[in-house]
Amino acid sequence: MTVNDDYHTLSGIPIEPLYSPAQVGADGFDPAADLGKPGEFPFTRGAYPTMYRGRLWTRRQIAGFGTARATNERYRFLLAHGQTGLSTDFDHPTLTGYDSDHELAEGEVGRLGVAIDTAADMGELFDGIPLDQASVSLTINHPAIVLLAMFLHTAEKRGMPWESLRGTVQNDSLKEFHGQKTFALPPGPALKLTTDVLEFCTKHVPNWYTISISGYHTREAGSDAIQELAFTIAQGMAYVESAQRRGLAVDSFAPRLSHFFGVHNDFFEEIAKFRAARRMWARLMRDRYGATRPESMRMRFHTQTLGSTLVRQDPLNNILRGGLQALAAVLGGTQSLHVSGYDEAYDIPSEGAMRISLATQMILAHESGVAATPDPLGGSAYLETLTNRLEEAAMAYIKRIDGMGNGSMLDGMLEAVGSGYIESEIAQASYRYQQRVESGDYTIVGVNDEYRDEAASAGSLELFEFDYAEEERQIERLTTARQSRSEKAAADGLREIVNTARADGNLMPAILTAVGAGVTEGEIMGALRDEWGEYVDPGVF
Amino acid sequence: MTSQAHQTPANPPRVLLAKLGLDGHDRGVKVIARALRDAGMEVVYLGMRVTADQVAAAAAQEDVDVVGISVLSGAHMRLMPRMVEALERHGLRGDRESGDVMLLVGGTIPDTDVAGLKGMGVDGVFPVGTFTGEMVEFIRDNAKL
Repeated sequence: MTVNDDYHTLSGIPIEPLYSPAQVGADGFDPAADLGKPGEFPFTRGAYPTMYRGRLWTRRQIAGFGTARATNERYRFLLAHGQTGLSTDFDHPTLTGYDSDHELAEGEVGRLGVAIDTAADMGELFDGIPLDQASVSLTINHPAIVLLAMFLHTAEKRGMPWESLRGTVQNDSLKEFHGQKTFALPPGPALKLTTDVLEFCTKHVPNWYTISISGYHTREAGSDAIQELAFTIAQGMAYVESAQRRGLAVDSFAPRLSHFFGVHNDFFEEIAKFRAARRMWARLMRDRYGATRPESMRMRFHTQTLGSTLVRQDPLNNILRGGLQALAAVLGGTQSLHVSGYDEAYDIPSEGAMRISLATQMILAHESGVAATPDPLGGSAYLETLTNRLEEAAMAYIKRIDGMGNGSMLDGMLEAVGSGYIESEIAQASYRYQQRVESGDYTIVGVNDEYRDEAASAGSLELFEFDYAEEERQIERLTTARQSRSEKAAADGLREIVNTARADGNLMPAILTAVGAGVTEGEIMGALRDEWGEYVDPGVF
Repeated sequence: MTSQAHQTPANPPRVLLAKLGLDGHDRGVKVIARALRDAGMEVVYLGMRVTADQVAAAAAQEDVDVVGISVLSGAHMRLMPRMVEALERHGLRGDRESGDVMLLVGGTIPDTDVAGLKGMGVDGVFPVGTFTGEMVEFIRDNAKL
């Protein structure tokens, strides 16, 4: 594919030589029905009528490394430097449901996120953080039910009623099989746990966002914008159908679903993607699932600038990449934002890099004027055309997956995930992108152009330095925690979890009791793996 | 070093790729798997969440020339010594008549770790952003077949 004399977006949508205002309204596009007003169906122009005039997006930089104590210090730093919401990155052992002393955990305890084994660790993580002021996002998926139980336990111990808690648990089990790849269980059981969390929170933690339906990881895994859009919406449809199958009314839980996207380099395509996502979700929720409350149709989302767009060469240039991506997210109407650290091609971000990320957000919010009116690019012939093209292309994927489930997106997604279809689609897009970069067909400044300077590298960057003693500290904490609990209460707690799993009941009450008795995350997930089996990645490339 | 002349279409390098530990970032290793295959090499992708011992056992069984490990969790300095040791234990490195199996690592690796990795016996280090073409060339030039 040559694109030099033949313009395309990064996901391959052809770009005309010129777009004229008269084109808006061509090919059946009806501004009244397809755009509407911000805050109104189909929400193309924004989730809220006044958008950032009413409230700026939340500056939510994810953080997590080492022990709970170390991450707690980073949280306090971020809150002191302009952050307005918290987001927790867990380490690989926690994400995959293993305790810190498991064989496979070696070298990864606290390395890319915080290590949490017990409810006591969770208490320490949020020690002194005003949970009623800063909303918290827990970025955890297959073991989401366990970590959320630990969080609810912590809140209860602090005397905070669950009704007062505001926050998000990612809990997006399906994307683990093609996006983040930190699965702990096979697709069916993982989807059951996702639905348990949704059901429990709908009844008992009413202000909590129960799933953050995520495309970000799919994009980092190498998908293009169309695939990110399609698979994210498809995952959401599967969750809606799973909850409906349990007898929950769509309007009872849909308002507490949120979304999470990445943002890449192609500025207009990304803005169009966010607008198309809102419109698709609104239409599907109303027309396919019978939602009647506007809140059930209104997509709200978090955005993270994509780490995979950051390069090692001339790393300071990544600050500008992050700034442009963040601008696209804001023009696309994001509700919260993380700007990745410019040093992330080397390691997890340093404090200095996170300060610049927060400043990037504040410059956009306060200096640039882009937050002054909703959807300021709405009506642009180019943008509206791209929005339509993205919606059409993503709907074609959804139709195909729907067909795999004979009209059920729940069954269709289980099939699409289980057969490796989604993973294979992403792997192909990822390879195409790499080929374009290596051939020079897509220019990345300092990487594949004449400005490439072999000597330009990390140079004097002050990178994050991981303290491996954190791993030993965490294993010591875990050992002490196991020794100081009642073995009988712990064993009873685990047995109740297994019994509930066998009876196909909602596991949240049993897990709440167990974490209160000091049962560890790895023990709970281990018991569930024994019941339901393990997932082996097919490794499609 | 054996010359490239030994590598013919009938005798392409056999490469085993794997991810150690729990790290889920598999975009890179899959792109590399595809690129090496497209370059005519025989590629076995063992997948993710495997131990160093499993990798070495598979390398022995598959009789590969090259073992490529992908680590984006930052745990490379902890995991690669285990990998070197496992290859030795399985008789693929050290005192071996046919020569050592080549060991490569790729991932989120700071420049400051490259010397340390080579010192422990890793033959090639490929940080994120390395072009697949560079890797193909490195294997063609250096693999002992």
